[in-house]
Amino acid sequence: MPDPALGEGSAGATPQPAEAPPRELLRFATAGSVDDGKSTLVGRLLYDTKSVLADQIEAVQRASVDKGLSTPDLSLLVDGLRAEREQGITIDVAYRYFSTPRREFVLADTPGHVQYTRNTVTGASTAELAVLLVDARYGVVEQTRRHAAVLALLRVPRLVLAVNKIDLVDYDEAVCTAIAKDFNELTTALGYPAERVITIPLSALVGDNVVEASANTPWYSGPTLLQHLESVPVGSPDADAPLRIPVQYVIRPRTAEYPDYRGYAGQVAAGTVRPGQRVLVLPEGLSSTVTSVDTADGQLAEAGAGRSVTVLLADDLDVARGSVIVDAEHPPTVTDQLETTVCWLSEQPLRPGARLLLKHGTRVTQAIIGALHDRLDTDTLTLSTPERLEINDIGRVSIRTADPLPVDDYADSRATGSFLLIDPPTGNTLAAGLVGTPLVPLLED
Amino acid sequence: MSATLDQLAAPTAGPTAANARFDALDALESEAIHIFREVAGEFDRPVILFSGGKDSTLLVHLAVKAFAPAAVPFSLLHVDTGHNYPEVIDFRDSLVEKLGLRLVVAHVQDWIDDGRLVERPDGTRNPLQTVPLLDSINANRFDAVFGGGRRDEERARAKERIISLRDGFGRWDPRKQRPELWNLYNGRHAPGEHVRVFPISNWTELDVWRYIQRENIELPAIYYSHQREVFRRDGMWLAEGPWGGPRVGEALELKTVRYRTVGDGSCTGAVESTATTLDEVIAEVTASRLTERGATRADDRLSEAAMEDRKREGYF
Repeated sequence: MPDPALGEGSAGATPQPAEAPPRELLRFATAGSVDDGKSTLVGRLLYDTKSVLADQIEAVQRASVDKGLSTPDLSLLVDGLRAEREQGITIDVAYRYFSTPRREFVLADTPGHVQYTRNTVTGASTAELAVLLVDARYGVVEQTRRHAAVLALLRVPRLVLAVNKIDLVDYDEAVCTAIAKDFNELTTALGYPAERVITIPLSALVGDNVVEASANTPWYSGPTLLQHLESVPVGSPDADAPLRIPVQYVIRPRTAEYPDYRGYAGQVAAGTVRPGQRVLVLPEGLSSTVTSVDTADGQLAEAGAGRSVTVLLADDLDVARGSVIVDAEHPPTVTDQLETTVCWLSEQPLRPGARLLLKHGTRVTQAIIGALHDRLDTDTLTLSTPERLEINDIGRVSIRTADPLPVDDYADSRATGSFLLIDPPTGNTLAAGLVGTPLVPLLED
Repeated sequence: MSATLDQLAAPTAGPTAANARFDALDALESEAIHIFREVAGEFDRPVILFSGGKDSTLLVHLAVKAFAPAAVPFSLLHVDTGHNYPEVIDFRDSLVEKLGLRLVVAHVQDWIDDGRLVERPDGTRNPLQTVPLLDSINANRFDAVFGGGRRDEERARAKERIISLRDGFGRWDPRKQRPELWNLYNGRHAPGEHVRVFPISNWTELDVWRYIQRENIELPAIYYSHQREVFRRDGMWLAEGPWGGPRVGEALELKTVRYRTVGDGSCTGAVESTATTLDEVIAEVTASRLTERGATRADDRLSEAAMEDRKREGYF
């Protein structure tokens, strides 16, 4: 079992020497339906890694007593807003932090029942892994299928099925095996390779297989949930894709020391950038060579996905915010006609002909909605032809943009295959958009 | 491997071999730099809230790194309660001068003097910062305001967006927050509205200290152990100062203390500590059983939803 990094008298109290292996960051999300014990599982992870400190526990205990409860309600650790506590529901995605000596974890805790598409899409959009909960007594239910479909659509690289409340089925191996079989059939249909999916029998309430391996499940030889979170590979799913850097800002010091410095600041969205690399700047269609990959700490020999850098090019080009620097050998498609999949997040429905703003990478452009082709019913996982998209709908939509955009299929690059639709008068975010049409494989279960 | 703020201005020559390293702190740093650059690209008049405390000093350090070797394209704003520790104000001024940045100071005292604000009976001025903050945002037409808030600090903050819209009255409505997807931030706002931006949302207190150590970032001396005359109130060690105290029955004692947070002197407590170096501070934070706000901030103890209420009114 890993030593908790936080907490009284833990082994983590000794600062790590500079030579310690690098502590990695894993971003993951949890999803589940109303009574499957997700808040308890999150509370258990925080509690058992000693990430909840004494004053927070005392606050929860005080509030639990005030509500007339006999045991501390761990969901109060998670539900931060007054309305949530008053109504006993979770409204919004909450971010939680815990760490072990090996890793730091950013957990997007997504509520399952209110605006589930909006919350699941938000949590999944940055997650490298998702933990889906089911109740061992009920197994894979409709909401599990719905959540798995959204996680697959958003291309979350790894899934964990947490079969919770295993104590309530007397730690029966056959129950867990049957649920795992159902889930594996579902995830295979959704396109997940078997090695990216794991089923873990656990009890969040008792603590079985969450942090410590349980003696109650001798038939289970796999990792505990925390062991799994500590050992899965981390990093951007787009690390091996061709280079893409949306230009955020042009750095021009115009000082005596740097009279002619002109650097293109951006975060490597996909792939790797190196000095000497042949690149294109799109949508302008200019070609050049990378001469330097700068950071404030010095030049780099290469920079991978996720790193913020400043790129210098050999040629004096008219590159501005909104341009994308790409691998000249493997450029994206530049187009003003997009075939997309849209997760509609707004109370105001989407109709053909709507004039909206579209944000792709670092560029905002005007967009007109064309035809609505398919609407995915996330309850039945069936397709219909819609007249409009309502909140929580997922649909296939044609979009025409005012400026041509360098886009990848979302299935090939999350960062350059994603976009927002924005309401011009209010500025509100209306939809999460994915370039491409990955809806059909979702229906093959 | 790391550089002080002075050295950051110039990229050093020669590619380094340390490129493979991309640990949790590198990921958090790159995320923060990305956020600073997005705001620089999309807003006309951003400003960094800068008190001289550790989180805002970290913000300034990250902003310098985001735009090096060019200058930081933002000004700084300090809402000064007047209840400060002199060494923090000295530190604030020397850093501003060293970096050649513009600092706007809004003195809470000015608002009290002309009657726009009234001193509270308990003497604390932390809640009084909201009006001068909003007035200064309006007067300077700031459209994006960077703060050092972190989601691990407090559970209302755990639901805060990285770029978070405020209405014309500076109010936060948690139920009308925009969903934040991928790293595509939506900062659109109407005239009179502004956004608050939290580049270190995903950092924990320990990340902040580890990064300060790695980057060798200078901080005010009060973050390290020193001797100070303090008195006990509401379970915290408060220092003598213009905010009042010790009252009758509160005795001054000489203690070896340091500060984990720096805010209005009336409600920011010292912790007993012998940590004089960053290593010792990190060991102490690692072993602490209390969050930094729970340990040292009386303002969060006012009610279960104290932070949420202040945020709704336009607080940091």
